[in-house]
Amino acid sequence: MIGIIDYGMGNLRSVENALKKIGVSSCISSDPAVLAECEKLILPGVGAFGDCMKNIIDRGLDTLIREYAAGGRPLLGICLGMQMLFEESEENGLTKGFGFLKGRIIRMETDLPVPEIGWNELEWNHACELSEKLSEHPYVYYVHSYYASSYDDEDLIGYSMYGDIRVPGLVRKNNIIGTQFHPEKSAEDGLAILSWFAKEVL
Amino acid sequence: MITKRIIPCLDVKDGKVVKGVNFVGLKEVGDPASLAKQYYEQGADELVFLDITATHEHRDTMVHIVEKVAEQVFMPFTVGGGIRTCDDIRLILRAGADKVSLNSAAVRNPQLLTDGANMFGSQCIVLAVDGRKREDASGWNVVVNGGRIDTGIDAVEWIKEGVKRGAGEILLTSMDADGTKAGFDIPFLKAVRSAVNVPVIASGGCGSLAHFAEVFEEDAADAALAASLFHYGELSVREVKEYLKEKGIPVRL
Repeated sequence: MIGIIDYGMGNLRSVENALKKIGVSSCISSDPAVLAECEKLILPGVGAFGDCMKNIIDRGLDTLIREYAAGGRPLLGICLGMQMLFEESEENGLTKGFGFLKGRIIRMETDLPVPEIGWNELEWNHACELSEKLSEHPYVYYVHSYYASSYDDEDLIGYSMYGDIRVPGLVRKNNIIGTQFHPEKSAEDGLAILSWFAKEVL
Repeated sequence: MITKRIIPCLDVKDGKVVKGVNFVGLKEVGDPASLAKQYYEQGADELVFLDITATHEHRDTMVHIVEKVAEQVFMPFTVGGGIRTCDDIRLILRAGADKVSLNSAAVRNPQLLTDGANMFGSQCIVLAVDGRKREDASGWNVVVNGGRIDTGIDAVEWIKEGVKRGAGEILLTSMDADGTKAGFDIPFLKAVRSAVNVPVIASGGCGSLAHFAEVFEEDAADAALAASLFHYGELSVREVKEYLKEKGIPVRL
């Protein structure tokens, strides 16, 4: 059972629908006791960084997430959920994240439109078992105005180029995994990434 | 590299996808969820559903459609039409839509953009604007009610305000080009594009493969939307994307 963390933000049903499609059972919950029993957790998120962290803390879910991550079970952050895995974000003033991954979330400075909205190619930074499971040129769907910087290169699995900006798309440090893009909205390649997380990541 | 998006638009009335010319002689063309699935399989990048029923008793029908679509297609989709309050937005997003598009409701009540963006994030607030060139050709005015009412508001100024209030994307329809099949309204799109820095979706006027290429080669839009071209099978999404790829325009194939 995969737990989808409900803290009042984000399109949780899309994640649930995508997991259902690949034959994985999941539950949407805001109850720490229920989530603590799940084999894996997904932390979704849309909106603003500060609001998301505040909602998590207000619901007493920060302790659960920290303990869960420390216990070594897999945790996948999606979009803002991924950004919260890092140390801090500059969005609306500096806000602390969970700090599972080294790095800071900063605003995209580019002549291209911000937010980045659309499909971008996921390119590999390191060899990854996942690459064989996806198309030769996988495209994934991004919607974001901020991105991770000053990260540890070892943690960066895949990225996408937005103008000159190298946007960290897929990051991983042991049991902590994050995608800046939305796998649940990234068609067949996205479903394959969720399937890898649900069925293969231990 | 970010790719250019091709977006089929489906008009929904009383739970069915319909197509007509200028809202006259509407013809049912099918079930929204199964058409959505067809477009998904053809490689569409997104979908837009426009609820043209827009009466209150049918709101539940639209929510139900959104739920069904979200179970079957794993790509982003937007719902517009008849969304007037933050509660309306919440209902549609919770049912599984990724974005809502706000058109005349935002003109009447611009605060809806501000509140919607604050509550749900700019990424899910699409400002849809229908514009028509002023008679003196000095610019474009915002029109509402399917083009029947000229608000007298300058479209570019309105879009700037909308983005300031939190709209994350612009869906721009040229009423001069709409239905002509003579190509997208490049000057209008460019005027908007140079005024704001959020993505712009071009709508209205597309009649051929070359028109898709033109709007992207001119760097006038980030995405192109079409309805009847796709519904009547004149072109498939895949054909359009293969053509664009040949032309060297980045697309997801």
